[in-house]
Amino acid sequence: MSLPPLPLSAISIGVHAEGWRAAVTAAGAALERSGATSASYAERMVAVIEEFGAYVVIAPGLALAHARPGTDVLRDGLSVVTLAEPVNFGHPHNDPVSVVVGLAVSSADQHVHFVAELANVFNTATVIPTLAAATDAEGIRSLFGLGLAHTSSNPAISPASVAARKAATTSGSEDAV
Amino acid sequence: MKIVVMCGLGVGTSEILKVNAERALERLEIEAEVVATDVAGVQTAAADAQVILTSSELVAAIGRTNADVIVIDNFFDVDEVAAKLETALG
Repeated sequence: MSLPPLPLSAISIGVHAEGWRAAVTAAGAALERSGATSASYAERMVAVIEEFGAYVVIAPGLALAHARPGTDVLRDGLSVVTLAEPVNFGHPHNDPVSVVVGLAVSSADQHVHFVAELANVFNTATVIPTLAAATDAEGIRSLFGLGLAHTSSNPAISPASVAARKAATTSGSEDAV
Repeated sequence: MKIVVMCGLGVGTSEILKVNAERALERLEIEAEVVATDVAGVQTAAADAQVILTSSELVAAIGRTNADVIVIDNFFDVDEVAAKLETALG
């Protein structure tokens, strides 16, 4: 059984969020950018926390932002947002949050199979701090047990990956000279 | 024995806790049925349950119940889930 898609376009590294709403909205934007959801899904993820509280902070430093299936879920998908500065969600034990995983499921009964896979990823205690410290999107995909995405036309928003790409371009042009 | 795991929506979060509760029960060699539910369904689901596992944030939403309510801080920590289940059931 495999996880929902986590393309590079659904990964944002070092996001500056002023609070939990901005952090969840970033996870929603990443889902939308990757084609898993339309814009209203991010608002619905925020509304879940407004209704039920910070229970989505299910482990120290980690929020699993999600909402019910709906017409704004275009396909199953995951997103990962790491925060430049951790933010508080209001959870008594697990604040502050440095990693927000966005989850969109298209049907209430189709996703049970991948939850075990997600649990396997996070049963390793060190994975949350390692995710928080990750500097490139491929590294985050590998922490989820995923291989190279090979989607360079659809890059993640990452200062590190931009720098790496610039460096590669520079060395390439030097070679040409 | 029946154990209910509860989250706000019944999609995603409670299923993660269900998977790890089943792993904890296996480790403790306790046979139990683990059912995932949401705030709206907890009264029905927990009517014949011995234990409810949930987040500290959702305890107040359960209402009156005869089941033992166990708060799990880290849904991914099978050690925590096993220790708290062992205390409640042992």
